Amino acid sequence: MTEPLLRIEHLKKAYGDNVVLKDISVDVAPGEVIVVIGPSGCGKSTFLRCINGLEPIQGGSVRIDGEEVDPGSKNISKLRQRIGMVFQSYELFPHKTVIDNVMLSPLKVQKRPKAEVKEEALALLERVGLKEKAGSFPRELSGGQKQRVAIARALAMQPEVLLLDEITAALDPEMVREVLDVILDLAREGKTMIIVTHEMSFARAVADRVLFFDGGEIVEEDIPERFFTAPRTERAQKFLHTFEFEAVREHEAAPQEQQQA
Amino acid sequence: MELLGIDVLFKGSNMIRLLQGLWVSVEISLISVIISIVLGLLFGVFMTWKNPVAKVISRIYLEIVRIMPQLVLLFIVFFGFSSAFGVHISAELSAVIVFSFWGVGEMGDLVRGALVSIPKHQYESAEALGMSKAQVYYHIVIPQAVRRLIPMSINLVTRMIKTTSLVMMIGVVEVMKVGQQIIEANRMVSPNAVFGIYGTILLLYFLICWPVSMLANHLEKKWN
Amino acid sequence: MDFAAMAQYLPLYETAMWLTLRIGWVGIIGSIVIGLVVAMVNHFKVPVLHQVCRAYVELFRNTPLLIQLFFIYFGLPRLGLSISAEACGMLGVALLGGAYMAESFRAGLEAVEPIQTETALSLGMSRAQVMRLVVLPQAVTLSIQSFVANVIFLLKETSVFSAISLLDLMFVAKDLIGLYYKTTECLVMLVIFYLIIILPVSILGTVVERRLRHGAFGD
Repeated sequence: MTEPLLRIEHLKKAYGDNVVLKDISVDVAPGEVIVVIGPSGCGKSTFLRCINGLEPIQGGSVRIDGEEVDPGSKNISKLRQRIGMVFQSYELFPHKTVIDNVMLSPLKVQKRPKAEVKEEALALLERVGLKEKAGSFPRELSGGQKQRVAIARALAMQPEVLLLDEITAALDPEMVREVLDVILDLAREGKTMIIVTHEMSFARAVADRVLFFDGGEIVEEDIPERFFTAPRTERAQKFLHTFEFEAVREHEAAPQEQQQA
Repeated sequence: MELLGIDVLFKGSNMIRLLQGLWVSVEISLISVIISIVLGLLFGVFMTWKNPVAKVISRIYLEIVRIMPQLVLLFIVFFGFSSAFGVHISAELSAVIVFSFWGVGEMGDLVRGALVSIPKHQYESAEALGMSKAQVYYHIVIPQAVRRLIPMSINLVTRMIKTTSLVMMIGVVEVMKVGQQIIEANRMVSPNAVFGIYGTILLLYFLICWPVSMLANHLEKKWN
Repeated sequence: MDFAAMAQYLPLYETAMWLTLRIGWVGIIGSIVIGLVVAMVNHFKVPVLHQVCRAYVELFRNTPLLIQLFFIYFGLPRLGLSISAEACGMLGVALLGGAYMAESFRAGLEAVEPIQTETALSLGMSRAQVMRLVVLPQAVTLSIQSFVANVIFLLKETSVFSAISLLDLMFVAKDLIGLYYKTTECLVMLVIFYLIIILPVSILGTVVERRLRHGAFGD
């Protein structure tokens, strides 16, 4: 058994009296891809934000390689560099070009040499298929392109874990694929990721493990093959059922070979 | 009290005179506001016309309003009109003319902004529901435009009230002028009256404008 | 129109214009400094100072410049602080303008979505870096339009200086009208000189606005 890269123990998060996360414990092994699914408002996004130290927590702990992620601590920005995050609304910096978006943090935060950062940024943009857009401003890109730049930007910090918060939820259907292909590629290479998504067939393809959240707790946890075909809990069954439709009209199956008279 | 010169306020009819002076300012702004709103609505619609002549006229009008200090406009109407056309216009009337001229321009620009801010698909979806042009305006466009318009036009009202303080400079006896007269009359007996009187006027303006701006802020937050 | 008379008045107007420009621009620079400080205090809700700054902004935004000037110019000497009319004018513009600038800058800061800050934090930036590299550049661009409007507004407001016996353009115009009755000539010159003061700002403002938007957001 390898040591977990990320260890979340008894995580509790509340806004006043409103408890969003009750008692979450998860270990993430290096190279593992975890997919978090669940109904809206179940605490999935808050879970990711807590891992990245964007929210103060009311109990428990989040540790990366044994070091505690605490939003109030001095070295929080050091730890955040090891945990990349991509948001639903891309959040590219509108006043910077595509390549400057990717280079900003490696240059200013990690203070790495410019030539090296630029070379790497171009390589990352090429990888997400946007090398020719390096000099463009975010406004000139489609949603799918923006999201791919946001992924490249997060990767430029060479994070050990990547958190993806519903990254395709704001995209037109035909752009979802181009973004998810990038993620599938990363999974193949063994990147450690925690992914919140509503794309069920993608979840099934990419996950090592599925966590089903409901009401601020993990209701079911399983490998995707079992979770999507034979969920054990009633809540998971009900949730998965919302993605299926049964025909309401009946049609005769058109026989293939039948010739018209 | 004496130290701050507030005692002067309660001497004789000083307070009443000050409030009468204030009423002159409020009256000028109220009349101008009403004219500005009525004509501003028309001017705003005029500005949305695609006609190039309409565009040039409104552009020039707006630039004058934007660039010329109101006091310069007051001078032009008050001193200039009588010398150029031989008609004497009273200081009060000059003030109403200038504030209305200014208000119609600004109000018109706000109305235009509110009208063009309604997205095109709002018109289209209303028409798709089978509404007539008039119905589209009545049920869809105007209610939305008004919500954008009201907070900003309330702000215009407070600006107008504040700007009325300028009319003392063309000789209207309003609150500032009355204040000056009171201070002048009591210069020997209570030299500190400058504090009391000007402080009171400052407060009076604040008491009128502040609640109005608060209302505008409140409506803006509520409706946006 | 009596051009000979106008030529004769020209030096008087010119001197007055420099006075207006001097007071106006020193005041405007002061108002930018005050505005930035107050906007930061209000944005970060610094305890106590935040309340003081809010009260300042409300008071100065809801009273006319003229009464503010009177209060400073005639009131301060009674406290034993004598202040020249020119300094009083600068102070008045700075204080009035500071309240307006503060609101513009604050609106600019608020218009930058909080999630932009979070994104920058998630990239490992410190709070100061987030402010400097991500929030401020966007806030400046977002507030440039109301900033230019404020500058024009303040330059227009300088027209009240004659009320505290400063020999500005309004004072010269009124004085000359009273002396020689060349009303049309005096008023035409008044308008021309105000155009000289404000028109360049208006034009430059539009250009800068367009440039900044283009440079910053590429549209």
